[in-house]
Amino acid sequence: MRRLFHLNIPGALAGLVWFAIVALPVYWMVVTSLRNQAGYLTADPLVPGKPTSAQYHRVIQVGFLSYLRNSSVVTFSVVLMVLVFALMAAYGIVRGRGWIASGTFRLFLLGLAIPLQAAIIPIFFIVNKLHLYDTLPALIFPTAAFSLPIAVLILVNFLRDVPAELYEAMKIDGASEWQMLWKLATPLSRPALLTVGIFTALGAWNGFLFPLVLTQSTSTRVLPFALYDFQTQFGINVPAVLAAIVLTTLPVFALYLLGRRQLLTGMTAGFSR
Amino acid sequence: MRADRKRMGASPLLALPALGLFAIFALAPMIVVVVLSFTNYNGISSPHYTGLANWSRFLHDSTTHHAIWISLEIMVLSWLIQTPIALLLGVFISGRQRYRSVLAAVYFVPLLFSAAAIGITWKNLLDPNFGLLANLTHRLHMSWFPVSWLGNPGLALYMIIFIIAWQFIPFHMLLYQAGARQIPHSIYEAAEIDGAGRVRQFLRITLPLLRNTIVTSSVLILVGSLTYFDLVFIVTGGGPGFATRLLPLDMYINGFERTDMGYASAISVVLVAAALTLSLLLIRITGFGRFRSSHEGA
Repeated sequence: MRRLFHLNIPGALAGLVWFAIVALPVYWMVVTSLRNQAGYLTADPLVPGKPTSAQYHRVIQVGFLSYLRNSSVVTFSVVLMVLVFALMAAYGIVRGRGWIASGTFRLFLLGLAIPLQAAIIPIFFIVNKLHLYDTLPALIFPTAAFSLPIAVLILVNFLRDVPAELYEAMKIDGASEWQMLWKLATPLSRPALLTVGIFTALGAWNGFLFPLVLTQSTSTRVLPFALYDFQTQFGINVPAVLAAIVLTTLPVFALYLLGRRQLLTGMTAGFSR
Repeated sequence: MRADRKRMGASPLLALPALGLFAIFALAPMIVVVVLSFTNYNGISSPHYTGLANWSRFLHDSTTHHAIWISLEIMVLSWLIQTPIALLLGVFISGRQRYRSVLAAVYFVPLLFSAAAIGITWKNLLDPNFGLLANLTHRLHMSWFPVSWLGNPGLALYMIIFIIAWQFIPFHMLLYQAGARQIPHSIYEAAEIDGAGRVRQFLRITLPLLRNTIVTSSVLILVGSLTYFDLVFIVTGGGPGFATRLLPLDMYINGFERTDMGYASAISVVLVAAALTLSLLLIRITGFGRFRSSHEGA
């Protein structure tokens, strides 16, 4: 009786219901992406047909690889910029004294509360003024700017725990601030940098509003916006649209399989624990 | 000079690159948006000053007022739906049983998709003719169950709230899982010896000890609800009619489809003000500021 009680039957049942709610759409998406259009219109949606990669070929034919390249360039640049800039800023804030350091930190904390959606019109205005409209930098700079507050917050919290004695020891050995930053702070904050990197990369990879508003031509198109465009381009060929979604998600999914814990920590960066 | 620098610690100049980028693309926009809200700007020619025209329109535009109402509705309903589900399932998967970790691995899958991907998938899944939902209700002889959710002005908003929940519950579940795992096992053992059942343990131990997580998660849901955009833009575009036209979408449509960026700026200012006020208010009420100090120990 006691053992049965420990099984938590209502919990397990609710758990299974939610499992179905999550798993069914994803299963349907993958199975449907492997059909041809006729199969989509006539076959039982839950029973996989004879799988065909035709839709995947089609997606690749219509420029998917160049959108993939754009997305990779944007994501890589944003992550690099955020890691370097945020680490430098966090180091300056933690090791600096006086109102400049604390004021800088407070400014970034305030930035956490600025919603990106509400900034989109002035950003459009500024990007136009800088003659960046419809270029990849138009996506890179604002995305990086909006990733900075949380990155700085995480890194400041992390660097604060580095014992001051370590810096003192290096300073006695004649190390400059730059050397302490690159030889001490950087290697020590590797876990935090990984978290920040993942968080930033996901935001850049999945971002939709900036591409929607700040780019228009196919040469600057990134994946989330390409998905939106495929919807009109493929019309009622739903399997092709879903194939594009599967392809876009594949890199993140691979990351999930390889390092689930790191990925999930990166996602709740700054909010959990 | 050199001794002076040593006493000063690291140069604050190290923060300059981050500060510069942040100032140009996040802080300056906050000033520009206020200025633009007093102009007539179509996105191409230079903006020119029109005084309070946009603001007086804001006070009288019934579409925008409706959009505010929709945003509030989404905010409240999202919190009511996401909090209990994420809390219960998060505590559930904080257990180390094998079947629970398998379920957890699946629960987190929605986090991997972009809002665009989720929106497009659900839009097609809900297609009244060929979608999975229509097929399932037909198969289960549930003819009373509506299949045209997105085409029905009375139902579309609820479906949007459901899809938003599908997208974000995993995130909050993750917060609750982490929170619940911090609770020492010995407390539950002691309660068990005292004869407390599971429900009692949950109400007396888990819930109070998760207080900080509940606050964090709630703040994120409430403030986040104000700024939902991508998903709704893709799934319904605000329709049918104005049924799902929330405030950020009203801003987008005014700014980029009707190219009335002056008026859209006024809406943006309201959005920023609302988000900041709500954040500060919640911090004040709930002591959310403690989240920072508890973070410093991590």
